[in-house]
Amino acid sequence: MAIACASDGSADLAPASGQGAPRSVHEASHDAPHEEMVTVYIMGQACQVPATATIMGGIEYAGHQIIRGAGCREGYCGACATIYRVANDYRVRTGLACTTLVEDGMTLTQIPSVPAGKAIYSIADLKPDVSAIAQTYPVVFRCVACNTCTRSCPQDLKVMDYVQAAKRGDIPAILDLSYYCVACGLCMLRCPAEITQPLVATLAKRLYGRYLSKKSPELGERIAAIEAGGFDEEYRGLMAMTPEALSRRYYAPADDDAED
Amino acid sequence: MYPDYMAESLRKVAQTRPRRLDLAKTPDPVFPPMNADERTAVLNGFHPDFATDARRPVRVGPNRGEVLTTEVADLLESHSWLRSDRVNLDRPDIETDLLIIGGGGAGCSAALVAMQEHGMRSVIATKLRIGDANSMMSEGGMQAAVARDDSPPRHYLDAIGGGHFANKPELVRALTEDAPKIVQWLEDLGVVWDKEPDGSLQVLHGGGTSRKRMLSCRDHIGAMIMRTLMDEVRNHPDLITVQEFMPAVELLLDDAGRCAGAVLYNIDSEEFLIVRAKATVITTGGFGRLHIRGFDTTNHYGATGDGLVMAYRAGAKLIYMDSVQYHPTGAAFPEQIAGFLVTEKVRGAGGQPLNKDGELFVFPREPRDIEASAFIRECRHHAGGIETPSGRLGVWLDIPIIDQLHGAGFVAHHFAAHHHKFLRYKIDITQEPILVYPSLHYQNGGVEINAQCETSIPGLYVAGEASGGVHGRNRLMGNSVLDYNVFGQRAGRFAAAYAAEVKLGRMTMAHVEAHERELAAAGIDTALVTPVLLPSYAPEDVQSRQWAKRGRLNPGATGLRNRLHPELG
Repeated sequence: MAIACASDGSADLAPASGQGAPRSVHEASHDAPHEEMVTVYIMGQACQVPATATIMGGIEYAGHQIIRGAGCREGYCGACATIYRVANDYRVRTGLACTTLVEDGMTLTQIPSVPAGKAIYSIADLKPDVSAIAQTYPVVFRCVACNTCTRSCPQDLKVMDYVQAAKRGDIPAILDLSYYCVACGLCMLRCPAEITQPLVATLAKRLYGRYLSKKSPELGERIAAIEAGGFDEEYRGLMAMTPEALSRRYYAPADDDAED
Repeated sequence: MYPDYMAESLRKVAQTRPRRLDLAKTPDPVFPPMNADERTAVLNGFHPDFATDARRPVRVGPNRGEVLTTEVADLLESHSWLRSDRVNLDRPDIETDLLIIGGGGAGCSAALVAMQEHGMRSVIATKLRIGDANSMMSEGGMQAAVARDDSPPRHYLDAIGGGHFANKPELVRALTEDAPKIVQWLEDLGVVWDKEPDGSLQVLHGGGTSRKRMLSCRDHIGAMIMRTLMDEVRNHPDLITVQEFMPAVELLLDDAGRCAGAVLYNIDSEEFLIVRAKATVITTGGFGRLHIRGFDTTNHYGATGDGLVMAYRAGAKLIYMDSVQYHPTGAAFPEQIAGFLVTEKVRGAGGQPLNKDGELFVFPREPRDIEASAFIRECRHHAGGIETPSGRLGVWLDIPIIDQLHGAGFVAHHFAAHHHKFLRYKIDITQEPILVYPSLHYQNGGVEINAQCETSIPGLYVAGEASGGVHGRNRLMGNSVLDYNVFGQRAGRFAAAYAAEVKLGRMTMAHVEAHERELAAAGIDTALVTPVLLPSYAPEDVQSRQWAKRGRLNPGATGLRNRLHPELG
């Protein structure tokens, strides 16, 4: 069945081993010899998985169909928040299942969803300062500066620092410190002050983009030219061209092209 | 950390870097770009679409007889989840103005514009969470002709040339002419564009751009835009209802052949819900998780071509579904991130692909299909690839040269996500090249639309990757983020205007029965039931013991197929 994820990859140009019939942990067979295995405890259940697997790969190797707990699978979307402990360590650790590797003796569970109340607001009615934070997420002022959020961030962001910036209304600092937040929710799950950090980060980015980013001088001119029909004639000419004529124009030497 | 046996090849990359840096500092290309004949030769010889069994004629439906990508033809020749004699359409569970199927960038844009411009109510039904979409994952940028030495018609010509002159002209005009307004609209919502100190939008090159036109948000444009759109959607719970983990499994028509909604499937409760909608918008994205030709993919978990198959069964015509985009630079090492996207912005900023001898073998910014084919040729035909411990082949992508071109710290700032990702595996991209190989990236074709996002079915609109025509047979970098914004907005605008006028008749699933009859008449014997919804990555021996699934792949529905399709056993 060609729809199967592990396709036969038999065709001449299909990559022979790696890319053709993926041998990643995702597609591995339990029967494969020589692969080094470790034991992980998925929601308490012991499972043998390849030692090189990510947590996500390990869960799937065990045969689970992930419903909540997988999204982009590459570290952008925050769907796969996971908490775990490793052998001989009392600490609760946090990570993204798609980017964290398994370890022997790891015990883990995914977090299907982290409850958080998003503020309803009109971005046009807010100011890019501390007043916006106070109106939408006053909970940030409960921060006790314990740094648990920073320690729990799988992106290694300085979460507490941007919470402090939020308390000061320093919107540019929040933007910079939270730029790579994936909103997995692990910080807010661990926060003793019950702050919803990712929501604050999103708000601050929007305030920066709308109000604080220096406006582009040429963008308005270009939009005005389009709305005045300034490119209509050129478009009509291009749209009337045959593919052959377009091809000649497209492959024309750059110098000639620059003159028109 | 690279295995020891790669040291010699890595040494050669470092050795040739000063010479390549000198080349990069001249105004001339670092390697001669291909002419039309050379492009044709590398595509025909090495692009996966041109392999002998890559395509076959589809035997049913509106495109019957047309040669399509084999896995797509398989997908279209499949059974429905539903049988109309078991579904009561007389009492809808949900009624709405717009039903938007898919919660990515196009879907959110459509809902927002329908609300802002027409006051219309939307239900966004999505398979996973809102924002679980390829839109979230785009890295490099969005094209928009905003620079003074650029123009929208120049963008038009680049897009058409990149698409091999097969693109539908009205769609390319909409794409390129709307682009600057999209930039403004997104900034007003709060998207933070990369800017020059004077406030000008920062522009870079991408593959196939004749002028610098690539706007960016560091290397995280997808998350920046998607999170802004999601946040704004959630600011309007009165007019936009989001239904998560609720994929559509079949479209509904009315007795006059108009699209009238869909049947949703609640993954948690296993309920089916009838939605009656004045207009329906498909924004379900692409198909990377079908792993066409066994390739790894850059795509998100839910990219299984669901909208394509539902629209096809309802009678919508597809276009260019014989063409698949492989992104030239998927990660080839380490194994844990094989197939992951390495943004084209790396090459836009001066990164160079190199063979095992550290030599350039292709212009770094050919259109994607050309560049990808050249990588495959270098690895498979010229023996210029580097083999990984797990047997993959790849070519080097020299990233440290970017810091030498733009100054120390450039890579760490502009490619911070990549830097972070590779450091987990002890590879510092500011110091060492990475190994890359083409990865299944984009559905070039899709449901055929016009510039109003209309399909051949009244009341059915399609936008974003699920649609086809705008990119011809090859999309350029940065035109997908633009596509879902331009056509997402257009779909919301035109679907809302249509919804304000339409009077729906009685709902029917006769098209599904007709499809099943056509399968039988064509003698097609398949156990595949679609939409696929999610891929399965269970190992083969586990799958063999998943008796309730009987070897079929759509998950989240244990035993379900047996209830709905007893005849399939």
